[in-house]
Amino acid sequence: MAIPLKARPVQNDLGIVGWGWAGRYGLERYLYTLHRLTGLGVLFYLVLHIFATSTRIFGEPAWKATMGFLHHPAFRFGEYLVFAGFVFHALNGVRLIFQELGYLLGKPTPPVFPYSYGLRDFRPVAFLVVVLAVVGAFVAFCDMFLV
Amino acid sequence: MERRVSVKVQRYASNGLPPRIEQYEVPQKEGMTILDALMFIKENLDGSLAFRASCRMGICGSCAMFVNGYPYLACHTQIHEIGKQELIIKPLPNFPVVKDLVVDLSSLFDRHRTVLPYLIRSEEPDDTRPIVQRPDELEAFLKFSYCIKCGICVSGCPTCASDPTFLGPQALAQAWRYSADNRDEGFAKRKESLDRPHGVWNCHLAGACSEACPKGVDPALGIQRLKRALIASYFGLFRKRKATLGPPVSWEAAPPEGAPRPPERTVTPEDTSLSGD
Ligand code: HEM
Ligand code: SF4
Ligand code: FES
Repeated sequence: MAIPLKARPVQNDLGIVGWGWAGRYGLERYLYTLHRLTGLGVLFYLVLHIFATSTRIFGEPAWKATMGFLHHPAFRFGEYLVFAGFVFHALNGVRLIFQELGYLLGKPTPPVFPYSYGLRDFRPVAFLVVVLAVVGAFVAFCDMFLV
Repeated sequence: MERRVSVKVQRYASNGLPPRIEQYEVPQKEGMTILDALMFIKENLDGSLAFRASCRMGICGSCAMFVNGYPYLACHTQIHEIGKQELIIKPLPNFPVVKDLVVDLSSLFDRHRTVLPYLIRSEEPDDTRPIVQRPDELEAFLKFSYCIKCGICVSGCPTCASDPTFLGPQALAQAWRYSADNRDEGFAKRKESLDRPHGVWNCHLAGACSEACPKGVDPALGIQRLKRALIASYFGLFRKRKATLGPPVSWEAAPPEGAPRPPERTVTPEDTSLSGD
């Protein structure tokens, strides 16, 4: 096969797949993706919610029909996911508000081997967010499906 | 028995054919780095293998590559650190591949340039009045000045993965390296390149940059400090202590008694090619 005279470098961007995986990275990189997913999930719910409640203006039968439709277990589980996602998003959002303003990250230290970095020094904060979100999701699960 | 390591390298020749994996068997010596293994392959097994390296001591930033699912400097990482008898080496993600393991870093350097990565002074420098820098003022930026422009941080950043025009951790950390320097007065100028779409606000703190940086730069910390400084500047609250000038120095005056002297000149610029040109 003839080699083109002007061979070009091939694009190697990870793209949106790279949000999920780009290597053996630690916790915070996955929280980045989860924060985005949950943010978009809650936003999607908001649109759906406005749409569903707006059926009220078409009179009571339309409203009742919509409510009946939304009683399907799949929607109930979806509602649970939205809540669990919101709990994580809100807790992690508070962490991000602090850390993205440079707090809870420590000071620049001289680069002496073995290196550390602010996010790792403050990883317990991220762990706390995850633990609280899991507890919140668990309580909500018990409340919605078990009790 | 001789210890051997099997090295699988992603080959790509920019000739339109898809990348393929090629396998080589390399005898593993104690202390052998990934770069040593690649050199062995190039010298003994396959001269057509392309990779980039120069200093082989973690200083030039040429040899970043993706090894067994993580970005490393090939010269700075021993094979035993990977802990496997099989290495799978691919070019650094988020940069275009020129050939095999050689990626085109020009987008990194272009983005680096846009943040004005140098000291900006409002007045002409005065050679006779050095600027005083206290140890804490040095520490405020020292860490960030260790960047060797290897591109590893960009390869890990999820925002860079989907937005090639995002300034990226390398450039943003350098924007802070200079803005945090007490000698610098260029923050207002630098702001234009930072506070714009695809600028600093596209960082959402995934932290992969700081995790993978082989030089301990902690770009994520610098970038978040940059955000804080920008927000403070909107409220007129970004203030820096004006750098103080030291006592005048004279380049002609003899050094004080007891001070160490430079060695005697053994050649003059005139009688060697050292005079340049
Ligand atoms: C207590 C409530 C909330 C807090 C503390 C919070 C906090 C945050 C923060 C700090 C960010 C920026 C993250 C970053 O730039 O790195 C963010 C992003 C976002 N939030 Fe929220 N949020 C909350 C509720 C909501 C709600 C109710 C919605 C949807 C209606 C939502 C949707 C989003 C979306 C879509 C993003 C963008 C995600 C991205 O670009 O990755 N958030 N949130
Ligand atoms: S910040 Fe670190 S990882 Fe990024 S280019 Fe500089 S040395 Fe490489
Ligand atoms: S060869 Fe220079 S950093 Fe590896």
